[in-house]
Order: sequence, then structure tokens, then C-alpha cells
Amino acid sequence: MEIRVGVYVCHCGTNIAGVVDVEEVARYAATLPGVVVARNIMYTCSDQGQGVIREDIKKYNLNRVVIAACSPKMHESTFRKTLESAGLNPYLLEVANIREQVSWVHFREKEKATEKAKALVRAAVAKARLLEPLEKKIVPVERSVLVIGGGIAGIQAALDLADAGLKVYLVEKSPSLGGHMAQLNKTFPTIDCAACILTPKMVDVAKHPNITLLTYSEVVRVEGYVGNFEVTVLRRARYVNEKLCAGCGACADACPRKVPNEFDVGLSKRKAIYVPFPQAVPLKYTVDPVNCLYMKYGRCKLCVEACPRGAIDFNQKDEEVKIRVGAIIVAVGFKTFDARRVPQLGYGKYKNVITGLELERLSSASGPTGGAILTSSGKKPESVAFIQCVGSRDLKYNGWCCKIGCMATLKQAFLIKEESPETEVYVCYIDMRTAGKGYEEFYRRLRDMGVRFIHGVPSEILEDVDGKLRFKVFDQTVGRLLELRVDMVVLQTGLEPTEDFEKLRKMLNVSLNSEGFFMEAHPKLQPVEASTRGVFFAGCCHSPKDIAETVAQASAAAAKALALLSKGVVEVEPLVASVNPEICSGCEVCVGVCPYKAIRLAEHEGRKRAKVVDALCQGCGACVAACPSNALELKGFTEKQILAQIKALISEVGT
Amino acid sequence: MSYEPLVIAFLCFWCSYSGADLAGMSRMEYPANIRVIKVMCSSRVDPTHVLYALKNGADGVLISGCHPGDCHYVNGNYRTQRRAALLGEMLKQLGIEPERVRVEWVSASEGEKFARIVSDFVEELRKLGPNPLKKESVEV
Ligand SMILES: Cc1cc2nc3c(=O)[nH]c(=O)nc-3n(C[C@H](O)[C@H](O)[C@H](O)COP(=O)(O)OP(=O)(O)OC[C@H]3O[C@@H](n4cnc5c(N)ncnc54)[C@H](O)[C@@H]3O)c2cc1C
Ligand code: SF4
Ligand code: SF4
Repeated sequence: MEIRVGVYVCHCGTNIAGVVDVEEVARYAATLPGVVVARNIMYTCSDQGQGVIREDIKKYNLNRVVIAACSPKMHESTFRKTLESAGLNPYLLEVANIREQVSWVHFREKEKATEKAKALVRAAVAKARLLEPLEKKIVPVERSVLVIGGGIAGIQAALDLADAGLKVYLVEKSPSLGGHMAQLNKTFPTIDCAACILTPKMVDVAKHPNITLLTYSEVVRVEGYVGNFEVTVLRRARYVNEKLCAGCGACADACPRKVPNEFDVGLSKRKAIYVPFPQAVPLKYTVDPVNCLYMKYGRCKLCVEACPRGAIDFNQKDEEVKIRVGAIIVAVGFKTFDARRVPQLGYGKYKNVITGLELERLSSASGPTGGAILTSSGKKPESVAFIQCVGSRDLKYNGWCCKIGCMATLKQAFLIKEESPETEVYVCYIDMRTAGKGYEEFYRRLRDMGVRFIHGVPSEILEDVDGKLRFKVFDQTVGRLLELRVDMVVLQTGLEPTEDFEKLRKMLNVSLNSEGFFMEAHPKLQPVEASTRGVFFAGCCHSPKDIAETVAQASAAAAKALALLSKGVVEVEPLVASVNPEICSGCEVCVGVCPYKAIRLAEHEGRKRAKVVDALCQGCGACVAACPSNALELKGFTEKQILAQIKALISEVGT
Repeated sequence: MSYEPLVIAFLCFWCSYSGADLAGMSRMEYPANIRVIKVMCSSRVDPTHVLYALKNGADGVLISGCHPGDCHYVNGNYRTQRRAALLGEMLKQLGIEPERVRVEWVSASEGEKFARIVSDFVEELRKLGPNPLKKESVEV
């Protein structure tokens, strides 16, 4: 059959056309072998642009299409659909990336950019001429989802999915659901009680028939691919039988060992057998093996004696469970910046320098002081200064904005002022960033309440003999150096990725951005999807965000996962390997190379020959390059196609 | 006309191709001497592709994939690494500077690294001069 190629060179407004001479490229494309029509189009991806292609396919009887436009990561699937709707096999398309890899990187070298664009189009046409129609692979999916992380993000995603009828496995590392939100007192800007909106959701998760809750557990291995992930979860031993434990706390009462309570950021003590906080879900006690006297020294067991239900079991072992899921939502949250890294601010050195998270616990009715904000000597502070952006927006520490610090400070300042209007409150800031529904209004309210905003942050905090904290700060608004003496300093620390991100990134084959947060497939159009199909992100592990945004993103991730799995099957690329049994020598080199065990030996005319199992092949092509007989071929990336591309890229224009 | 090195780059779709796209999105400039061929995994790149490119007049070949341990296909990049080592030996025997072939790991978030590698490589190839096979270029 005669090859008839149509070439479409996109202006992308001025994104491409401002650098590349698109008319020249289209003119040139028309001279290439096999090309019957070449055009330049303002926005190829628009309805109009796609319409032109559809019409051309019919009018010129095109059987190959080349689009020179943005990255195929962006619109390859769009254009595949265009071909399909014009009755052409979607795999008869080749995209030349002349935006991300030409106009945007060579914007000062217009001529060279145009030459490069021509070369890329030449290679795309050369490859397109060798393309073959392919049938999409349909694979069945597991209608279940793994959610990693049980903060508000994970909770919301799990509930949405479970309500939609999917099976959900929620894996939380700590002994209880809740994440950071459980530690908060009130939430901005509405000042509603965090526990009152969070706890019922935690209970819903535990009760939901479609949710399997795996707390005190971690994902250790992920295998498989979209629709068919095989996940191994490590369930750490609680040394308490979850079925028997009634959460009465008799064991903890009996336990003689007291250690700092991490839930209260070390401001209170807990026992070696504990629940992180009274509303924990599940309300099951856990032995902290590092601090338990019996686990350390082999003596004690007072808890065992105290437990009326015989629930404590020191013979418990960590256990691995395997689950199969179709999609994975990552919702592993964040950690707060360690303020000790800025020693000049005195955190860890002066008792009355605390962090924003500590203030949350101090102001909580369930916190170490029963909700009273007190200095280390137990007195109500007469003056409090907040220092913004600690560890944020500073290239020495973290370059990014923690996004919630300004609002968290306003909220905490509000709580202080509400309780005791006579307390002096200062907020030292770089910028006040209060973009959000009702946020600016809240800021104005705080100004009206007499909170003093100082446009500047101190570089050093000192402690006087009387325990008061002293610092100098240059107020840019009035152009004056101020000297302040306060009873308490609150450092509003930034939000950071945790150490676990790197582990998960590897396990899930996803990317982190340069800041260390999980990277979405596209910053605007695929903000919750990983570039690995079937994996989604929600909450602060993707970037710092407040609760409302976290919940919205979690629901979005759930909706995406649901859309992916609702049909029961997914279409996967048919770009798989195949063996020519006539040439194959049966050496089995490929069998060892394939990471998916997709190649088996099969009988062919009385001899053992390699055979690719389509459903397992992921199309990497490792086997193709390894085969000493050239018996393997990878659809969409055949030997001929690659060589044709190389040749076309090298040959000079016009030859 | 002065010598302008021509680089053929094989980029894996998951990491390095995305890294190159990110360089674009971040408007990081690098020399226009590079021409990219997209592959799903760097392990698809056969040593014969490299030889074919050099034989046909490319001055350098870049193969780039995900960082070791991060391959989208479990371990493809380790295979790439091993093959590249063997290829280097072969190039020496053929009288081609092994520096003309580079294997680099670029993740999807390393747009800057991608731009730097290209600039660096092109600079190095400028110093090396044109590929000695260029004149006697034979068709395969
Ligand atoms: C001081 C302070 C005050 C704030 N005040 C407000 C406010 O008033 N209003 C507001 O809207 N927002 C506020 N925020 C922001 C709010 O805390 C976050 O938006 C919210 O907690 C994000 O939820 P998340 O589920 O993404 O993360 P997290 O709450 O961090 O939850 C993540 C969960 O994942 C678990 N996890 C981590 N790693 C793993 C792993 N490898 N495997 C399994 N599980 C894992 C963690 O144990 C945790 O339970 C405040 C934040 C701070 C620091
Ligand atoms: S490596 Fe090639 S020749 Fe050997 S078994 Fe596999 S397909 Fe056959
Ligand atoms: S292309 Fe990759 S996944 Fe498919 S059979 Fe070959 S080595 Fe296995």
C-alpha cells in the first residue's frame, strides 16, 4: 500500500512559532518522501486544529500522521484519538517534540531551532513511514485501591473510594489514623475544632465494610503494573492482640515506664504501652518495643497482669501480608522543619521558644496543659512573638513556602487574643500570604484585634536572666530597628518531605521534584496523577497545602482511581515485544533479561523457541537489544524505525 | 563552515525524556546540536544503534535513562550500563574515542542536569573535533 503522510506543524500560539519558522518547516516537510500534505496550524490540539487533520485524512486518504508540536507526554493521546475518530488506526501517529525540546530551549537561536525542528520532522516522517497499525491491549483490573498514609488525605480518599463500592486497603505507619490534623486544635479560618471534624471520619474508616485498615504497617514491596499491582505490607507487631484489646488502658495505668509523648511533640509523657491520643483509631494499645522494660531487660510484664482480657502477647511477630490492587494513592503527608537547624533562634536552648505545632498542642483541650497556653514556668504569657518562615523561603534551608504558616500563625494569634485580649501579640513576617477563601478577611480581623505585624524577621533570639526573650528586628514598613522583649516566641516552621518519600519513590517508580515532594504527571492538567499509570498523589506529600486543599485533592485522586478502575479493564499500550520463531535460536538470553518474566520457551516446529506473553510484556525492549539473533522486535520501536530515525536526524537538510 | 558537533541522544521516556521536557518547561537553554530519539527504556538501545549513528556521521551519542535503582522497568538501566562498558572497549578497538558515547542518568526532575549534560557534552565534542568516521561514512 502506498504510504501517504500528513504533517502538521503547530504554532502553539507563539510558543513554537515565536522561535521556529513553522511555515518554513511545513514547506520543507512537504518535500519529504511520502508526504502528501503538510500544514502549519495555530493550535493543532484545538477542535479546529484536529478538525483539519480529520478532514485531511479523508480528503487525501492519509495513512500516517506526523504532528510537530509539544511533547508527546502532553498530547500524544489527544492526537491518537483524532486519528481514531477519522477512522485511522491510532498508532499510525508520530509526534515530533518541537516545543519542550526545541523552541523553549533554543529561543535565542531561531535559525538553529528551525533547522532542528526540520530534522525532527524528517525523523518523524521517516519513522511514521514504517509504523504499523496496532490493536490496543485490554487487561482486566483488580477493583481495589491501596491508600498509603492515614492522615486526612488518606482518610478522605479511602472513604470516597469505599463509598463508591471499591475495596480499599488503608496502610498507616503509626498506631493510629489522623496524621497531623489530629494534633491540631482549631482550624483556620473558621476556627472549628479539628478533632470534631476529623474523629468521626476516622471512625467511619474503621467501620466501613469496604475498608481494610492496616495501621502500624508499612508497604515494603510493590510489583506489577496498572490495574494489577501486587503489594507486600509489613504489619508490625503491636504485642497486643487487636481483637482482644478493648482499649480500656488498664495496661498503661500499670506500666511504670514514662517516655516523651510524640503526639504532644514531647510536651507530655506517655507510657511504654500506649495509644497515641485518646481518640485514636483503632483504639488498640501498642507496646513501644524500644522503651518497654520487658522487651529491653526481660523483666516487668506489669501490663500483662493488669490487662483484664489477656490481650498482651509478647510472642507476636511482624507479619507480611500480600494484597492485590488496581491503583495506589500515596498520601504520606509531611514533617515539620526542625527548628534546631537555625540555632540562632534558640529552639531547644530556651524553654520559651516553641514551634507552631507545639502551640497547637498547648492550646488543645486534650493537650498537656488542658488547653492553657502557658510559659515553661506555668504562667500565662503577657507577650508572645511569632516568627514566620522558619526554615522556609530560604535557600539555606528550604526554598519553598510552607503555604500554611501565615494562616496557622493568624489562627494561633486569634486563639491567644480570644483567651486573653491583653496579651501583646507580635507577628514578624517576610510577607503575609493569605490567599484562600476567607483568609484575607481573617487577616484583617486579626489586625483589628490589635495583633502587631512587623515586616521583618529577627536573625537572633537571646534569653535574659529573668527568662524573657529578647530580639532585634528591622521593621521595613516603618524603617526602624525595633527591640522586643517577650515571654514566649513561637517559630512557625516549614513543611518538608519525609525520609519515606525516597523509599516510596523507588518502590512505586515515581518521581520527586527538586524539592523532594512527589511529582505529578503534569503540573496543570494532571495534578494528582503520577507519571506511572495507576499511581496518584494526595495531600501534603505532593506539596504543602491546607486541609481544604488536601481534602479536595484526595477526592480528586479517589475520583481518578475510580475512573481508572470502574470499567473493570484498562487499555494498555500494545507496544510489546514479539519473537520471530524462524530466526530465534532458542538460546534463552532474552528469558533471563526480561524483568517481567514475560518470555517463555514454546514449541515451534519441533524446536524450543522464545515466545512473548503479551499480557506480561511491558514493552521496555531490553530483550530486543539483547537477542544475539535479532529475532525479537518491539512494536512501535522496531529496529528499522530506530535506524531510520538515526539516519534522518544525521542527514543534512535537503539530502 | 566551522565544525558543529551533532549528537544523537536516546532518552528513556520515563526519566530522561521527562527531564528534557522539564528543561524546556523551565526554559533552560542548551545547544541545539542535540537530536533526541525517544525509547521507552534505555535498555532498548542496541550497541549497533550507536555504531550506526557514529558510522553515519554523528559526532557523539548520548544514552540517558533513570538513575540506577530507579528504572521504570525494574533494572533496564543496569543492562544499559553494562552494555555501554563493553561498547566503550569496542569503540577503542575501532579507533573511535570512547568519549563520543556517554551514558548519563537523568531523572524527570533533573531538567537542569539534562541541560548541563548536553552543554558539557557538546563542548567536549567540540574539543574532540569531528568524528573520524564522518568522511568515510558508509551506509549500513
Ligand atoms: C502547626 C500547623 C498548623 C496547621 N493548622 C492548619 C489549620 O488550621 N487549617 C488547615 O487547613 N491546615 C492546617 N495545617 C495543615 C494540615 O496539617 C495539613 O494540611 C494536613 O495535615 C495534611 O494532611 P495529609 O494527610 O496530607 O498529611 P499528614 O497529616 O502528615 O498525614 C500523613 C499520614 O501518613 C502517615 N505516613 C507517613 N509515611 C507513611 C508511610 N511510609 N506509610 C504509611 N503511612 C505513612 C503518617 O503517619 C500520617 O498519618 C497546619 C499544619 C501545621 C504544621
Ligand atoms: S535471545 Fe533471541 S534467540 Fe535467544 S531465545 Fe530470546 S529471542 Fe530467541
Ligand atoms: S520488551 Fe521488556 S517486558 Fe517485553 S518481553 Fe522484552 S524484556 Fe520483557
